[in-house]
Amino acid sequence: MSAVTTPARQASGGVSVKTLNRIVIYGLLALFALFYLMPLFVMLVTSFKTMDEIQNGNMLALPKAPTFDPWLKAWGETCVGLTCAGIKGYFWNSIKMVVPAVLISTMLGALNGYVLTKWRFRGATLVFGLMLFACFIPFQSVLLPMATILGSLGRFGVTLQNSVGTSFGLGNPTVNLVFVHVVYGIGFTTLFFRNYYEAFPTELVKAAQVDGASFFQIFRRIMLPNSMPIFVVTVIYQFTNIWNDFLFASAYAGTGDAMPMTVALNNVVNTSTGVVEYNVNMAAAMIAALPTLLVYVLAGRYFVRGLMAGAVKG
Amino acid sequence: MSTVATSQIKLTPEHARPRASVRSRLQDALPKIVLAPSFAITIVFVYGFILWTIYLSFTNSKTFPSYVITGSRAYQRLWRWTFDTDPPSSWYTSITNMGIFGFLYILICLALGLFLAILLDQKIRGEGVLRPIYLYPMALSFIVTGVAWKWFLDPGLGLEQTLHQWGWTSFHFDWIKNKDFVIYTVVIAGVWQASGFIMAMFLAGLRGIDGEIMKAAQIDGATTFQLYRRIVIPLLRPIFLSAFIVLAHLAIKSYDLVVALTSGGPGGSAWLPSNFMYEYTFKRNEMAVGSASAVIMLMTIVAIIVPYLYSELREKPR
Repeated sequence: MSAVTTPARQASGGVSVKTLNRIVIYGLLALFALFYLMPLFVMLVTSFKTMDEIQNGNMLALPKAPTFDPWLKAWGETCVGLTCAGIKGYFWNSIKMVVPAVLISTMLGALNGYVLTKWRFRGATLVFGLMLFACFIPFQSVLLPMATILGSLGRFGVTLQNSVGTSFGLGNPTVNLVFVHVVYGIGFTTLFFRNYYEAFPTELVKAAQVDGASFFQIFRRIMLPNSMPIFVVTVIYQFTNIWNDFLFASAYAGTGDAMPMTVALNNVVNTSTGVVEYNVNMAAAMIAALPTLLVYVLAGRYFVRGLMAGAVKG
Repeated sequence: MSTVATSQIKLTPEHARPRASVRSRLQDALPKIVLAPSFAITIVFVYGFILWTIYLSFTNSKTFPSYVITGSRAYQRLWRWTFDTDPPSSWYTSITNMGIFGFLYILICLALGLFLAILLDQKIRGEGVLRPIYLYPMALSFIVTGVAWKWFLDPGLGLEQTLHQWGWTSFHFDWIKNKDFVIYTVVIAGVWQASGFIMAMFLAGLRGIDGEIMKAAQIDGATTFQLYRRIVIPLLRPIFLSAFIVLAHLAIKSYDLVVALTSGGPGGSAWLPSNFMYEYTFKRNEMAVGSASAVIMLMTIVAIIVPYLYSELREKPR
């Protein structure tokens, strides 16, 4: 459906009513654009102001003497809890967690989607349904058992460390978070690939099979080369979700040097010692937001597709 | 309908193998072997863990898990707290907040999303600029959203102060520090974050409506308002359902936003059940009560999601 314009009722007043309508519509749209932009704008200008200007000036005013210091301070000096080395370390923690978690969960999702659509077996829908429901559970209902298991694995890791010399990553908070995000992410990645491969012509797979291509050959030579769009969608979706996660991050890496960006940001903002440096807080928040915002700006189309696919199946 | 076209997608390659050797049997089982780890992970870490949590909720676990079943004491306490209104128990506050937040968040997001989608669908010049502006908050984490709004709503430095400087000195807005109103600031920030996405869902729905129906109605003399009320909005019913599911499930899972925006509010007045669960399990050493609250959250989601997923998966048996 495209535009629905109000039919001009009177020959004389028609044009002006129509114009008035357009003005009202554009006015409302602009007003809402302001509503959505305002917090980001305020965050951005505040991060370039001095504390003096923040306390005496107007929240909405542009910085009189823009300074990059709050950003530098947030990156390299601000205190997260008791450690005052900025948020840069935590930014890298997030990267180290996000990259493997996204890659592993996406690859598994692709394989699962391939099996569930092109190698259907009895009970495939049930298997998929069970995996799909896992996307929707409140993670509070698995939080505690996972903490217990990760704790035991950590102790086992210490034993290994003492006896063999390496813990194989057991007990490492970053490894734990990668594992947790893969476990609770495969439901969504499987959903994405299943729906995408559903529309993929099965004849091609059949033909390749007749020619003697194996399971993995078909996947590598036929499915993968045609999966670029859904890979982009899935990677963006997973990246955004995992980068933005707070619950798992605070439960399994809530203290210490391994905490991801979201937890560190929350600690920076809620640190009660000394003067609250709002400009530094806002700069830290901007740094935490930048990766996902950047992805959104560069590949917004795929981002929206991912959200939609997560919401409306089929 | 689609059953006919898709039901013959069965690719068990038995035709090429008259006698099944070990190798070929392995080949046949390969798809299942590939899927098995993911499925096993889901069974253990989702369903197994849910059972584990349910089990814990029937013990008297405090700081550490205890595995001696002691009955439904945790649930009885939650039930009793449900009616502890004076002074309100944390549980009473959490579920009341869930009601207020869930209702307003879903309603406003749906209304605003539909409204913006209809406006944007009027052949708007610059739609390509406006749409991303409405939608970008969805790319931010709840923590960043919370930090931004905390600053924006701060009575000393944010909106109130700004309006005072502009001359409206009687303006008073301290909801974020007021225990009776703090939950509404969570609604504001939540709506800000999700409404653009709901708009995008509705817009996609509007674009999918057949233009001929609209033209016919217009020729019949329907006004724009009638057209939307009688024809367009009823056609968008599936979108309403999807949007409702998305929002309801986001609302029940909301945790980070309360933490970042309000730090729980004065005296825990902004808590949602998710915050209650976290605090009781990890900070107040009441593991059994925390688990019981998690089970109640899960059951609420199950009641909403399972019928939906069931109909989704059943309608299109492929």
